[in-house]
Amino acid sequence: MGKRKNDVDLENRKARIKNRMTTALIYLELVVVSLIVLLPVTWIVGSSFNHTSSLATSSIIPKNPTLDHYIALFQETDFLKWYGNTLKIAVGNMLASVVVTTLTAYVFSRFRFKGRKGGLMTILVLQMFPSFLGMTAIYILYLNFNLLDNLGALTVTYIAGQIPYNTWLMKGYFDGIPQSLDEAAMLDGASRLRIFYQIIMPLAVPMITFLAVTTFMSPWMDYIFPRLLISSDKNKTLAVGLFEMINGNTNNNFTMFAAGAVMVAVPITILYMCLQKYLIQGITAGANKE
Amino acid sequence: MSSQGVKINPVIPSCMSAVIWGAGQVLNKQYFKGLIFFLFQCLFVGVELFTGNYFTYDFVIRENGGFFVKGVWGLVTLGTKPRQMTLAGLTEGDHSIVLMISGIIAALIFFIFIAVLCWNVSDAFKTRKEYNETGKILDTRDYLTKLWSSMFHYIVMLPAIFLLIFLVLMPILFSFLVAFTNYTKANMPPSNLVRWVGFNNFKSILTLSAWSRTFVGVFTWTIVWAVLSTATCFFGGFFQAVLINSDRIKAKRIFRGILILPWAIPGFISLLVFKTMFNGQFGPISQFLIDIGLTQTRIAWLTDSGNPNLARAVLVLVNLWLGFPYFMALMSGVMTGISKEYYEAAKIDGATSSQEFWNISFPLVMRSTAPLLIMSFSSNFNNFGVIYFFTEGGPINPSYQFAGYTDLLISWIYKLTLDQQLYSIASVMSILIFIIVGSIAIFNFRRTKAFKEM
Repeated sequence: MGKRKNDVDLENRKARIKNRMTTALIYLELVVVSLIVLLPVTWIVGSSFNHTSSLATSSIIPKNPTLDHYIALFQETDFLKWYGNTLKIAVGNMLASVVVTTLTAYVFSRFRFKGRKGGLMTILVLQMFPSFLGMTAIYILYLNFNLLDNLGALTVTYIAGQIPYNTWLMKGYFDGIPQSLDEAAMLDGASRLRIFYQIIMPLAVPMITFLAVTTFMSPWMDYIFPRLLISSDKNKTLAVGLFEMINGNTNNNFTMFAAGAVMVAVPITILYMCLQKYLIQGITAGANKE
Repeated sequence: MSSQGVKINPVIPSCMSAVIWGAGQVLNKQYFKGLIFFLFQCLFVGVELFTGNYFTYDFVIRENGGFFVKGVWGLVTLGTKPRQMTLAGLTEGDHSIVLMISGIIAALIFFIFIAVLCWNVSDAFKTRKEYNETGKILDTRDYLTKLWSSMFHYIVMLPAIFLLIFLVLMPILFSFLVAFTNYTKANMPPSNLVRWVGFNNFKSILTLSAWSRTFVGVFTWTIVWAVLSTATCFFGGFFQAVLINSDRIKAKRIFRGILILPWAIPGFISLLVFKTMFNGQFGPISQFLIDIGLTQTRIAWLTDSGNPNLARAVLVLVNLWLGFPYFMALMSGVMTGISKEYYEAAKIDGATSSQEFWNISFPLVMRSTAPLLIMSFSSNFNNFGVIYFFTEGGPINPSYQFAGYTDLLISWIYKLTLDQQLYSIASVMSILIFIIVGSIAIFNFRRTKAFKEM
């Protein structure tokens, strides 16, 4: 009897140890992955406070931290102007995209009309064509209409480019909102536009937030269109300005780039973190339209 | 004529409208509507007349044609006279590409006017027919109200349609057409004329060994890359999601906050940071490896042509860093949505935690995220940013035509267009990409419920 009890104890202890080992391993994995994630982040933040400007000597924890690079960023470059330009484009793109895309998606979701199926297939196909393959044509179009180096024209390019994909996404979401709500409102004599902004819009807030955030973000990341369509320094966007600091053979502007990168990444990262919930809802809704 | 009782065949007003827009509407006593259609015709003809010069004895389309006529002429001929040096100085020549794009724009606008014309003719017919049957004609005001409610969907979509036609469709048409011309660096307008060459570019890509070798090589790597990058991010994200949602873990919020960072930081910034970290000459990673004595020499991570798979492996790993948080966040969301009852039932049946995972979590997560795999595959297929900012296509492959070992089709096209100015070849490539990605997407889409309900 006593021996058996000992066996059971041993078994339990083994299981407990195994259990603890698993927990420890999971913690270990999470810590290692976190370190890998944090390494480049801290390195770039550290570099931006580094005393020297060369890449070779920059380190994660600077010996004599300095704000020189941040000051230089504002004094020697048009950084603030680029920031303003990007912000303008982002806000314009966000507002116009939300209006144009939600209305179009609403129509595709709720109306049956001639050309609907064809229209849906067309935008499905258009969405797959990477938008910058058409950039030569857009360049010449803007050249002819004297729209080069114009922030408004650049914004319109972004608005047009996002329509196909986001219309599909929104339409899928609207399809999930019961049609009976529309019909009830219709019986009460509400106009179609009113149904749209008083019934459909409030119910689609998570998806609209997703659309707003993604269209707000894209001008911060995009480099190709501004490089092609914008020529003057005062109309540059952040992506172009930052890329040019680092894309030379001489990497002597590296720390200034680091400072700029921190200035761009911090607000955007915070925004993402706050809106995480909506972004994930948006993606999952997009996936579930199956 | 008295309006009562006189029945006019509805064909008459529609024929009148076909000649003078709005005339049929006037006959139908819809004066305001008629005026609007007439103004459209004035605009249409006016544009052609004012942009051209028709009141001349020696009319030549090239010099005197208006917006539409010259546009179509330009699209068909691509110009007839190049810029030339003569005794009188430099003569103004035809710029084939400008002519081509103006031609496409003119053709698109022409079709819009034709659509208005068709509407105008059919409207005259319908109104008269209705009048013959009911004896009533809507006045313009009632008509507009009716129009607003019956055409609401088209009117609301006008801005989107307009933007799509000119900024999405027009450029695509252009880049398709360029594939059938000889538009390259060697043949640049305005000093040369570009010609239509039919399928010659397609033929030369298939027959010239350097081109076909590059295409096959780049295409194979693009497929391998799309599979690898999608699979690593998907399953890497899945793995992290499982670990982070495990009951054993405390401080979940902190870990999640850290691990989600790569998704939140603008991608091009992370990529540029990695590019400097993996820099062959000054990069801190090589430095660190030397400092701890693992290697003697600096490693050219991204530029060693002798070892292209190193660059490719680094690329996939960096992409994993960038891409796993998205799937982790997504799958955490899906996993927290799974009903707790499944797990409780499994516990009662004595299931182990690995059984729970393989029989409950895994299939449920796979089912709701699998469609994203296809989306992610096609976006990785065209993942221009990661190549452009991180490897720039390197290491150089001397046996390729203007491509490196890590170049994807999309970044190769970019190089062909902007660096090499081989526009026609680049267009052929984009048509090929379009066919490949397009058929994947349509194949995938046709199987979905969304398609059947459409």
